Amino acid sequence: MIKLIPRVENSKAMILLSPLLALTLTAVSALIIFIFILDDIKVSSVFFTLFVLPLTDSYLFPELLVKAAPLMIIGLGLSIGFRAGIWNIGAEGQYVIGGIAGGAVGLYFYNVEGFWLLPLMALASIIGGMLYASIAAFLRIRYQVNEILVTLMLTYVAVLFLSAMLQGPLRNPAGFNFPESRIFHDSAMLPIIWEGTRLHIGFILAIILSLVAWFGIKKHMFGMQIKITGSAPRAAKFAGFNDNKTVLYSLLISGGLAGLAGFFEASGPAGQLTPGLPQFYGFTAIIVAFLARLHPIGIVFSSLLIALSYVGGEEVQIEYNLPSSITQIFQGMLLFYFLACDILIKYKVVLNKTKD
Amino acid sequence: MNESLFISIIIGITIASTPLIFAAIGELLVERSGVLNLGVEGMMIVGALLGFIVQFHTGSPYLAVLAALLGGMAISSIFAFLTQFLLTNQVATGLALTLFGLGLSAFAGRGYTEETIVLIKAIHIPFLSDIPVIGPLIFSLNPLVYLALVMVYLVWWFLYKTKQGLILRSIGDNHDAAHAIGHNVVRYRFMAILFGGAMAGLGGAFLSLVQVPIWGEDMTAGRGWIALGLVVFASWLPFRIILGAILFGGITVLQLHAQGFDIRISAQYLSMLPYLATIIILVSLRIRLKNKTNRTVPNCLGRIFHSTS
Amino acid sequence: MSISRFSSILKLSFLSVVLAFTSNVSADPVKAAFVYIGPTGDHGWTFAHDEGVKYAKEKLGDDVIMTTIENVAENSDSERVITSLARKNDIVFTTSFGYMNPTVKVAKRYPDVKFEHATGYMLEDNLSVYSARFYEGRHVIGKIAGRMTKSNVIGYIASFPIPEVIRGINSAFLAAKSVNPDVQIKVVWVYTWYDPGKEADAANALIAQGADVLMQHTDSTAAMSVAEEKGIYAFGQASNMREWGPNAQLTGIINDWGPYYADRIAAVRDGTWTSSDTFAGVQQGMVKFAPMNNNMPTEVKNEAMQTIIDLSMGKVHPFTGPINKQDGSPWLAEGETPPNFPDLLTMDFYVEGIDSKYPN
Repeated sequence: MIKLIPRVENSKAMILLSPLLALTLTAVSALIIFIFILDDIKVSSVFFTLFVLPLTDSYLFPELLVKAAPLMIIGLGLSIGFRAGIWNIGAEGQYVIGGIAGGAVGLYFYNVEGFWLLPLMALASIIGGMLYASIAAFLRIRYQVNEILVTLMLTYVAVLFLSAMLQGPLRNPAGFNFPESRIFHDSAMLPIIWEGTRLHIGFILAIILSLVAWFGIKKHMFGMQIKITGSAPRAAKFAGFNDNKTVLYSLLISGGLAGLAGFFEASGPAGQLTPGLPQFYGFTAIIVAFLARLHPIGIVFSSLLIALSYVGGEEVQIEYNLPSSITQIFQGMLLFYFLACDILIKYKVVLNKTKD
Repeated sequence: MNESLFISIIIGITIASTPLIFAAIGELLVERSGVLNLGVEGMMIVGALLGFIVQFHTGSPYLAVLAALLGGMAISSIFAFLTQFLLTNQVATGLALTLFGLGLSAFAGRGYTEETIVLIKAIHIPFLSDIPVIGPLIFSLNPLVYLALVMVYLVWWFLYKTKQGLILRSIGDNHDAAHAIGHNVVRYRFMAILFGGAMAGLGGAFLSLVQVPIWGEDMTAGRGWIALGLVVFASWLPFRIILGAILFGGITVLQLHAQGFDIRISAQYLSMLPYLATIIILVSLRIRLKNKTNRTVPNCLGRIFHSTS
Repeated sequence: MSISRFSSILKLSFLSVVLAFTSNVSADPVKAAFVYIGPTGDHGWTFAHDEGVKYAKEKLGDDVIMTTIENVAENSDSERVITSLARKNDIVFTTSFGYMNPTVKVAKRYPDVKFEHATGYMLEDNLSVYSARFYEGRHVIGKIAGRMTKSNVIGYIASFPIPEVIRGINSAFLAAKSVNPDVQIKVVWVYTWYDPGKEADAANALIAQGADVLMQHTDSTAAMSVAEEKGIYAFGQASNMREWGPNAQLTGIINDWGPYYADRIAAVRDGTWTSSDTFAGVQQGMVKFAPMNNNMPTEVKNEAMQTIIDLSMGKVHPFTGPINKQDGSPWLAEGETPPNFPDLLTMDFYVEGIDSKYPN
């Protein structure tokens, strides 16, 4: 029998080795699949396109960072709530509302130049996301309605609301009555930090936020509070921490950050509000958060990994004319292996020869 | 409103609600055992494909339904293995399962998008089905609609009337305590997850075997997520799943009718109704119940269990 | 063997030598790429584009290398996909409206690559737009529907309120009304292009409310199969859906992009490509019809065929005045037809006589 023995301390070696093992396993499985479906294509070149090209290509690499930024920001916010056992699975909705709020401010001041515009848009998006998440917080605190239901259902409402806004007040007056906003003017667009690419300042902010969160969780009292509430609600109560406060704060933080990510998307790579704003970031960020074991610095890496699977996946589709479903299968497998290999960090696997 | 319109609205509601009932009642049992599986959408779509394929090749609805059950079960076993034996995080694993299921079914189903099948038809009982109003509404529904209701009853019966059900609930509320008195936590949870997979598979197959005789990738279109929401709506109580599903499916269908009746509200806002109504009605239920603490939430929901002994 | 026969053979062989020579000169095949919004198996919009790509490939053979990428969402990811394609191809077709601004951005960055965007309105020196006058197809099926309905209620499953969909509803209604003054149209908006379950729900709702002919502007075959099951009529959308409704399908509007794609790629090969604005209909063969089914009377069939002929000769315009808007304000005067811009391309109103509320 194979047995799992908990380690006294997390294995440092395994923290590094387990992702490598997961990658290897993914590669082997993908190899088997590719051998089945590709006949005359070199499997090694598929791998190169999938894993290496996005890291080495001067166009794809900044794109990888662009894709990772919103995942990082939303993932960070969610990780705080997940530590406290708050299941905000509707970050997608808060992201959409944040994008609408930030975008609406930018469109209201259309063609108005000013250094203050971007901070104002950011503020609006954060408040928008927070307010939207606070509905779930209020209902949970006041009526004990579980936040899974509320955040999930409100995601659909947010997407329909976006559609209504783009059909109505935010529609581009010169846009042939298509449901799209105007293209934001330059003052409402995030500064580009890598000339000739779409890499915007939001990525830097995402990294800074990760460091802040890391520091915050390590040092700050609130970090302590949510950790305790999550792992032992009763102990938290004894320690005098207020459960309701934790619910409220973690939903506000995750909602606010998701809202900010929505603004970054709208004022960054998209450059306008369109019905395509929601793109599953809110859900994908859940995976990002857990792949990183809710660790802020880990989230930087896990968001890059997920972004790599998207960017590399697209390139493989283009290069080898593969259906998009292959990318999804591949992503699913990658996640399975990463999650599974994690066990090696906390547990020792031993072969137990004696019968139990 | 005339009689036949009323009847077809009600039948439309049963059709829209049944996939949700299947998927939600399965997930309810899973969550009652303390496991949160966010992979419902992925399991549903696999069921939808396998049901369709088997119906297409064999023309046997029994085999098709069986295939959907087994397909949902098979893919849920990945989740069960990872979360129960390799102790992976349930939320992330469930989401990965959704991605994997959507991708796998889309890939495996590529050859079937050009095909059509014979739908599973509603039953007709001589005499009983011919009674006005009651006949069409009670005695001539689709067999799978009845099955969904039976499954809800069975889950209720299992949870509250059997010893195993009691054990399952106690595992969901406190796995350490249940383990300490000798219950096999992992085995119970594994079985519950497989059952959830089978039900999700059936829910998906209802779409491709009863509702429309076609297969298309992503045809579940988010119903798995709604089912997850309904479990919460139901406060983890089996019979409330029916209430939630009828409410959600009902409003979905009614808002389509409302557009036809030309109610002067914009269609976008009408489309928000099913989502908002589930929240509002749950809140009002809580108010009606004098805001009693919700004791049915499984305490261990989403927590990882590993026996240290 | 006669002299003339011999000389023709000579000419032919000469021709083939020349051809071989010229094809040697332009030995490099044109690389053409297509961005799809849905899966190729949707049997609707993307399916029709993919059929067009297959046609063009067959026609141009080794002169072209095709790349297609499916399920590209209309968001900022699309710009990356389009850029990746622009780096490796001579011409890139982006086949959905939501790709417009990304395509414009990439076209500006890659001036040597040709771009073609479907259903948009932004042109550049290296960016063409193309779209089909599907409302001409709706004109034909509107007439058939007006004749075939017994309940005088036509059900219309609509996706999103964008000008193309609105044009279709108005065109179908006017045509139906022209042959059947009592006809009504009931529109249900489902806010999705593809959700078979919801499309079926909408179809059932419309049927329950008395519709006995269905039209759809969504992509799946769900409504067709519901119509078949309920024993009423429906029209194929974007492709022939006879398979799902052998008794229900009257005809179908077929989006035929093939010849356009072949022409445009050939133009790149020949060095004659220039930016253009195409809005083609029945006349140019971009809008075609599935075979008229025998489930309709010969007079109806003949009328439909005649309408198609009239459209293809430019003799009729689906929007010919006098037409008022839904609120009663005048739109087109007696005998007037609307210009492409702004009337057709930005259409955001129902015409007079449609009962449903305009969605906004």
